Amino acid sequence: MREYMTTRDIVGPLLLVENVVDVTYGELVELEFPNGTRSLGNVLEVNEDVALVQAFEGTRGSNPSETKVKFLGRSLELAVSKDMLGRVFDGLGRPRDDGPEIIPEKRLSIYGQPINPTARDFPDDFIQTGVSAIDGLNPLVRGQKLPIFSGSGLPHNQLAAQIARQSAVLQRGAAADEIGEPIEGEFAVVFAAMGITFEDADFFIDEFRNTSAIERAVLFLNLADDPAVERIATPRMALTAAEYLAYEKDMHVLVILTDMTYYCEALREVSAARKEVPGRRGYPGYLYTDLATIYERAGRVKGRKGSITQVPILSMPDDDKTHPIPDLTGYITEGQIVLDRNLHRRGVYPPVAVLPSLSRLKQKGIGPGKTREDHADLSNQLFGAYARGLQAKELAVILGEAALSDSDKAFVAFADAFEDRFIRQGAGEDRSVGDTLALGWELMKLLPRTELKRIKDVFVEKYLPAEEDADA
Amino acid sequence: MEQGKIVKVAGPLVVAEGLVSSRMYDLVRVGAEGLMGEIIEMRGDRASIQVYEETEGLGPGQPVEATGAPLSVELGPGMLEAVYDGVQRPLDVLEQMAGAFLSRGVTAPGLDRDKRWEFKPTLKAGDRVESGDIIGTVQENAVIEHRIMVPPGVSGVIEDLSAGSYTVTEPVGSLKTAAGDSVDLIMMQVWPVRVPRPYRKKISANEPLTTGTRVIDTFFPLTKGGVACIPGPFGAGKTVTQHQIAKWSNAEVVIFIGCGERGNEMTDVLMEFPELMDPYSGEPLVKRTVLVAHTSNMPVAAREASVYTGMTMAEYFRDMGYAVVLQADSTSRWAEAMREISGRLEEMPGDEGFPAYLGTKLAAFYERAGRVHTLATETEREGSVSVVGSVSPPGGDLSEPVVQNTLRVVKVFWALQDKLAYERHFPAIDWLTSYSLYLDKVTPYWNANVGPEFRERRDRCMGILQRESELAEIVRLVGLEALSAEEQVLMETAKSIREDFLQQNAFRDDDQFTSLSQQDKLLETILLFHEKAIEAHSKGAALKDIFAAPVRERITRAKYLDEDKLAEFDEIASDIETQLVGDGFDDDEVAVYAGGER
Repeated sequence: MREYMTTRDIVGPLLLVENVVDVTYGELVELEFPNGTRSLGNVLEVNEDVALVQAFEGTRGSNPSETKVKFLGRSLELAVSKDMLGRVFDGLGRPRDDGPEIIPEKRLSIYGQPINPTARDFPDDFIQTGVSAIDGLNPLVRGQKLPIFSGSGLPHNQLAAQIARQSAVLQRGAAADEIGEPIEGEFAVVFAAMGITFEDADFFIDEFRNTSAIERAVLFLNLADDPAVERIATPRMALTAAEYLAYEKDMHVLVILTDMTYYCEALREVSAARKEVPGRRGYPGYLYTDLATIYERAGRVKGRKGSITQVPILSMPDDDKTHPIPDLTGYITEGQIVLDRNLHRRGVYPPVAVLPSLSRLKQKGIGPGKTREDHADLSNQLFGAYARGLQAKELAVILGEAALSDSDKAFVAFADAFEDRFIRQGAGEDRSVGDTLALGWELMKLLPRTELKRIKDVFVEKYLPAEEDADA
Repeated sequence: MEQGKIVKVAGPLVVAEGLVSSRMYDLVRVGAEGLMGEIIEMRGDRASIQVYEETEGLGPGQPVEATGAPLSVELGPGMLEAVYDGVQRPLDVLEQMAGAFLSRGVTAPGLDRDKRWEFKPTLKAGDRVESGDIIGTVQENAVIEHRIMVPPGVSGVIEDLSAGSYTVTEPVGSLKTAAGDSVDLIMMQVWPVRVPRPYRKKISANEPLTTGTRVIDTFFPLTKGGVACIPGPFGAGKTVTQHQIAKWSNAEVVIFIGCGERGNEMTDVLMEFPELMDPYSGEPLVKRTVLVAHTSNMPVAAREASVYTGMTMAEYFRDMGYAVVLQADSTSRWAEAMREISGRLEEMPGDEGFPAYLGTKLAAFYERAGRVHTLATETEREGSVSVVGSVSPPGGDLSEPVVQNTLRVVKVFWALQDKLAYERHFPAIDWLTSYSLYLDKVTPYWNANVGPEFRERRDRCMGILQRESELAEIVRLVGLEALSAEEQVLMETAKSIREDFLQQNAFRDDDQFTSLSQQDKLLETILLFHEKAIEAHSKGAALKDIFAAPVRERITRAKYLDEDKLAEFDEIASDIETQLVGDGFDDDEVAVYAGGER
């Protein structure tokens, strides 16, 4: 046992320990403070006989002369077992509910290993979330990481819970114009809370409980009043559990990480305490690489049945998409679902801002066999028409409605109907992709037929609902 | 070999002492597992090493072994179709060795040592050879003939050279140098990645690298040997554009470096390239491709090396006489890796924490591109490396250091705009802010190979788009009706250029590739409509009716026409003629024909 009482400096969450022997980078550390409290930590840097240790649970109550530092010779690990399903853990993977300790099947390092790019299987199974704004225009696929960019006061939690509740994978359609039925499968939700309030966490727990989804959920909670540095470990705990369930127990795992903004702030706190050269807005220069080691743990692996799909939630400070956190996230994830304050104010739920939202994998996840042959064209057309409608509305603000051309007026009417009927839906409403597409085609009737330039003619012929009566 | 020991570990940076005879940029093996690392700083007997693998578990006292050689790549038959990480470890082989996840310390040589290749000599004993001379060939696959060259720095008289089946390390023959030494000739060359491979001389890059993407080929062309930069706020379609170039450009060899990008995107490339047919050879695209896949979650120091690994491979194929296109996606991630290492070295930072030498490194990298006369006795062998580097500016802010330093050296700038992407205008290359400094250089080629009027048509369209942006301001304020009829026609033509020419669907079979001649025809048609619309209006037809002429439908669809149906453009032209200004009708009839009111 290598135990030391040779701490020299304590700065914020960091301790500098002297005269250590055989300490390695990344090693797990147990700290015992003079008042008896214990904290876990890990080695951030080791320079000859001096180790820099970050304390996950803070340094309150410690002092240099009496703090015991024990180096454990292994890295931070999570004990995994299938019994984790239905349980609630703290941010470092210790039971937080009243249940017993987990009897581990094995212990896994929470840092994982990168998936070999040649071993990845491309995510191309459409996930039906039952939300039109997502399914119709920015579909989620299995193995994707699709964050929700939100802001304070917006209903991102409701949306994430709705996605977790309704997600289903469809069977292959028998023909190009047929949509398959949802299939039942081994499905699990891993939920990691970083710095969110008790209320928010409670909302999710309640949601899972009410729908009995809790039985197939694993929760890791680091709440707002829990130690901030612990948050650095929490998403990795969750993803380690997810990898175990996906690649060893063949489950399809949906991982919800909320709120990534607090995670990044914890990282910044440690970086500042280390006096590192800051990048933008004081965040460390390695923020991109660090976030990548979290987000890139989503995916599918050839020859394994399970998959990991990530829906991280991050609240954009001041709704600013160019802030380093959403910006770097967007560069790693495969698109983003952006929530919009104006839509929310107008009472549209879910307030998905369709234009800046994007699912990069949608081309692979939709189309004949996956959803339906016309899906890609229709979604393109809905996008284009909505964009044009919004433009025309802006114009109308300056010039007045009367100045709009006939076709612009049609697009304005379309944009309104699109927000009101297509984007808007109930928090408990589970729309099948068939219904979503039908709704899209219904809205197409508001546009002159000649404007449907992005849809192949054959599809227009086949799917555009007939006019019930002649033009008035 | 010399052995030292670790004194400090901080993330990917390890400091070791006792490596006195090692040199800067030498490769070392770190720890008991022999992790690859490279010396990047030396102070006294202490060497700072960037380690190409995860450093968890390393600590002071553990051994570091010198190799006495710089980080190098192996060049020879077997590179094509391979997938490498940033330091040329074959990922497919690692998968067989260690499974789906990348474990530390597992490694394999870049070229398969056991595979045998059919070598056919092109020279014979007694021939005098210089560095770069081709001594024989290996048909590596159905597409690429691998030309075996005398390595740089070697020359003499061939003693012996024989056809047969060899591995990359077996001698295929030998030569006698001027000093009288006998040197074995083997197929594999080893070359340090940070040193540009030599060539005889650089020549002007004046032949276009066609891509089939209309906005690029016509408006902002790249050349063989040229350098281009694609910035893009995320979601603007940067990656799709790069894939399009990899798939459709007329380069013979493609080196694709996924540098610090998404794993799933790399998988897309890995799974798609073997299935995609190369439009030029009819064989799978992957047969002319080398992939360097170093995703964002793989060790950051090796990400820094990945662009050099790719570039050295590109230069090697260039030396054989091929036109190579190297795509680096994304150079921002490369720069960030540099920044991360620089921060760990506690260097004084420049702009935004990037090291002060960022600009120098970027410029030196891009300068390795170019069209050259290669080393060889026959001086006319020509090869080229074109580079398309993408940058990912944070927050889409083009004033940040990586973009600014890149723009100083590149000649083509394809400005992707997220605003266009939101409108689903793809490729979202902004025609007003993009530029190509190769325009004048490729014009003689266009005149000779596309048509004498192509350049002029291109310039006229550019002028129309430019004018549109000026008029758009007025329209926004006072409405379209405030414009003169001629200006209204211009606005309509500009819209047609945007929708019927610039917009291109990369996922639609009949739209993803357009030949230069078809691009010329499209411009000709759009401009013809423009002229005839003005003419028709001057003869009294109402604009509304002109714009509603049925032929416009055909113009819209003209971009989807098959390459062998270009004759249809003549029909469209005659439709424009008859529908707008009539064919032998007098003025009255024109207006009637156009359905107009007077």
